[in-house]
Amino acid sequence: MKELVIISGKGGTGKTSLTAAFAFLAKNMVLCDADVDAADLHLLMAPEIIERHDFQGGHEAVIDRDKCVECGLCRELCNWNAIDEGFNVSPIDCEGCGVCVYFCPEKAIDFPLKTCGEWYISDTRFGAMVHARLGIAEENSGRLVALVRQQTKKLAEEKGLDLLLTDGPPGIGCPVIASLGGASAVLIVVEPTLSGKHDMLRVAELAAHFNIPAMVCVNKFDLNQDETKAIEDLARSKNMEVLGRIPFDPIFTKAMVQGQTIFEYDPRSGACEGVRGIWDRITERL
Amino acid sequence: MIISIASGKGGTGKTTVATNLAVSVAGNARLLDCDVEEPNSHLFINPVFEEALVVTTPVPEIDETKCTLCGKCAEICQFKAIVVLGNTVLPFENLCHSCGGCMRACPADAIRWKERELGIIRKGHRNGLEFINGTLRIGEAMSPPLIRKVRAEAGKDGLTIIDAPPGTSCPVIAAMKGADFVLLVTEPTPFGLHDLKLALGAVRILNIPCGLVINRSDMGDEKVKEYAREESIPVLMEIPFDRRIAESYSRGELIVESMPDWKNKFIGLHQQIAAIVKQEG
Repeated sequence: MKELVIISGKGGTGKTSLTAAFAFLAKNMVLCDADVDAADLHLLMAPEIIERHDFQGGHEAVIDRDKCVECGLCRELCNWNAIDEGFNVSPIDCEGCGVCVYFCPEKAIDFPLKTCGEWYISDTRFGAMVHARLGIAEENSGRLVALVRQQTKKLAEEKGLDLLLTDGPPGIGCPVIASLGGASAVLIVVEPTLSGKHDMLRVAELAAHFNIPAMVCVNKFDLNQDETKAIEDLARSKNMEVLGRIPFDPIFTKAMVQGQTIFEYDPRSGACEGVRGIWDRITERL
Repeated sequence: MIISIASGKGGTGKTTVATNLAVSVAGNARLLDCDVEEPNSHLFINPVFEEALVVTTPVPEIDETKCTLCGKCAEICQFKAIVVLGNTVLPFENLCHSCGGCMRACPADAIRWKERELGIIRKGHRNGLEFINGTLRIGEAMSPPLIRKVRAEAGKDGLTIIDAPPGTSCPVIAAMKGADFVLLVTEPTPFGLHDLKLALGAVRILNIPCGLVINRSDMGDEKVKEYAREESIPVLMEIPFDRRIAESYSRGELIVESMPDWKNKFIGLHQQIAAIVKQEG
């Protein structure tokens, strides 16, 4: 079984639109949306939810006011200043470390599991999809990403499918690290800008750090051809294969407004040609 | 006044708005780039950096001569960052949240702190503008402690502009918390709208006044504007799609430099925000 994870470092370079376009072209595939923090793939996939599960990401301290004697030890020990002078725990600040719970001399702090989001198994017009929604302002997005990927793999095994197509999150931190481990390869979608180049280098270094082979494609390449060339040269110098270029094309936005992939919106566009070439090269490499 | 610039969706133009606003306002201003995973503001500001500080977080180190293998440290750790395996105690420092629980729980005084590097904070300036950014170490998972360190550089006086990371979870909260105003930057597309709703949810939890900048305002549809009306969020600026803006952005140029007409618009944006903050305060 192979898993391709689509990442970018910088946000807004076209990861989700490309993942959706690949989903149109791919065969024997299960889709995974690993951007649980601001998931958008479902807007193009119109998934019909088959299974819905709670995600319990951790515990949360709750002070029982009947038992609390206001000794103040919890406030002293909390590294996140999550307990105010009135002995209320701020759920946004509580890290769920349990130090206050453990050391409270009155055993006055409860530590219930908290539901931080939901994850789903769905059907789409391109096959099955596993996705999730992390609650706003919640923590542990990395654990939810790992869970969603694990469930995608399980589903593919059950269905006898051999490709996992994963839409990754932006950045290089906790959720991205969780989206990379054990992947067959990553595709880095880069835009030809100074920021795009800078961010590609950091995420490429992250992939190398975890020994995941990385490939690169340049989206909206004609916005700056010099930068496109510089990015491609740089990628090759870092031993990353350059799979192709996609022109700047308003059909990405138009298709998105219709809830479609670019192939459904206008299969003859230049963008589709570029994406098809990149996908052919990906399938050869995988 | 502290203005945090956030978006939910990545690539909507947070850095463009933050940098152009920062160089347009007159007087005492500082720009903090809190997108420590992928910091980009410096590419546009080109500051002269004067200082670089390594930021670390304490993680446990076991003194095996004192450790009795009682397992109390593993029992308290909620992050599976310390485990007893056979006749040794193994800390997984990458998973550690630095809560200090294991050290306090250890009855044998066998745990010492050592430092794990989170990243680097750099400080510099460009003309009158103070500039500070954080850069997360590659492979480091935890960005919020580094973001909070950059965030702590906000001064009480003058104007502080914060370029926040994308998303709606802990890193964004760390970059928005305590701001006087959150400026949400979005694009008028289904993705932009969906993620704007999430970002607005986070702003509302923190109870901070906010306004909207719509970037590439003539691509997509009208739904972001309809939503802004329904939710009574003021649209403070619209930036139409202009290939010249996209191209100058790609070269790392500020809009106000390649198209000087824009400077007054950013000054106006700052004035509108100041008026809202005054009214709310």
